[in-house]
Amino acid sequence: MSDFDQELDASGLNCPLPILRAKKSLASMDSGQVLRIIATDPGSVKDFEAFAKQTGNELLEHRDEGGKFLFLIRKS
Amino acid sequence: MSEKKLAIIATKGTLDWAYPPFILASTAAALGYQVQVFFTFYGLQLLKKSPDLKVTSLGNPGMPMPLPMPVLLQALPGMQAMMTYMMKQKMKSKGVAGVEELRAMCQEADVKMIACQMTVDLFDMSRDDFIDGVEYGGAATFFEFAGESDICLFV
Repeated sequence: MSDFDQELDASGLNCPLPILRAKKSLASMDSGQVLRIIATDPGSVKDFEAFAKQTGNELLEHRDEGGKFLFLIRKS
Repeated sequence: MSEKKLAIIATKGTLDWAYPPFILASTAAALGYQVQVFFTFYGLQLLKKSPDLKVTSLGNPGMPMPLPMPVLLQALPGMQAMMTYMMKQKMKSKGVAGVEELRAMCQEADVKMIACQMTVDLFDMSRDDFIDGVEYGGAATFFEFAGESDICLFV
């Protein structure tokens, strides 16, 4: 997985907390910076796709590493 | 893209039904929606400074029970407190946010919360019972925003 500027560990958190925390983290970042999110909620896979689509922040990558879901989101 | 609007009417005051309005409102706000929630009747409990919300299986055959239990037993004293305790434990163990945590996130995200003045009066509640930042209004206040909303939900 490529570089990132900030990391958010949302492991163990359930809907909608990973999204809400991600939103908060992105708010403190600069445009173009990349946030890496670690989540364990299987629902977060579709949720982060939808989040990216609706907020304009780009979902660069997402990966399933045996029950851990990793996302890279670039702030728009 | 102009800002979308979500309007919600929250009418229920139990622990389980506190979730839909706060989850949807906080998430919509995170997605860039402008959100208003109108709390009426039992939904007003969700605005209390220290909400003491409970769950009950009575009248709710859909609630998953740890073991099958006749309805009459479910009505015994202490059962509601026990079910509430079990539900809270379950939520904690599954990483589900607390109601007050979600509510705080709504407030942080500028979700506008409106308490129905008529039901506040009806139940002899005082504005001091509610958290700061709540606005008070009636049906017309709700429609001012709901009439222009993209999504309007009754919970």
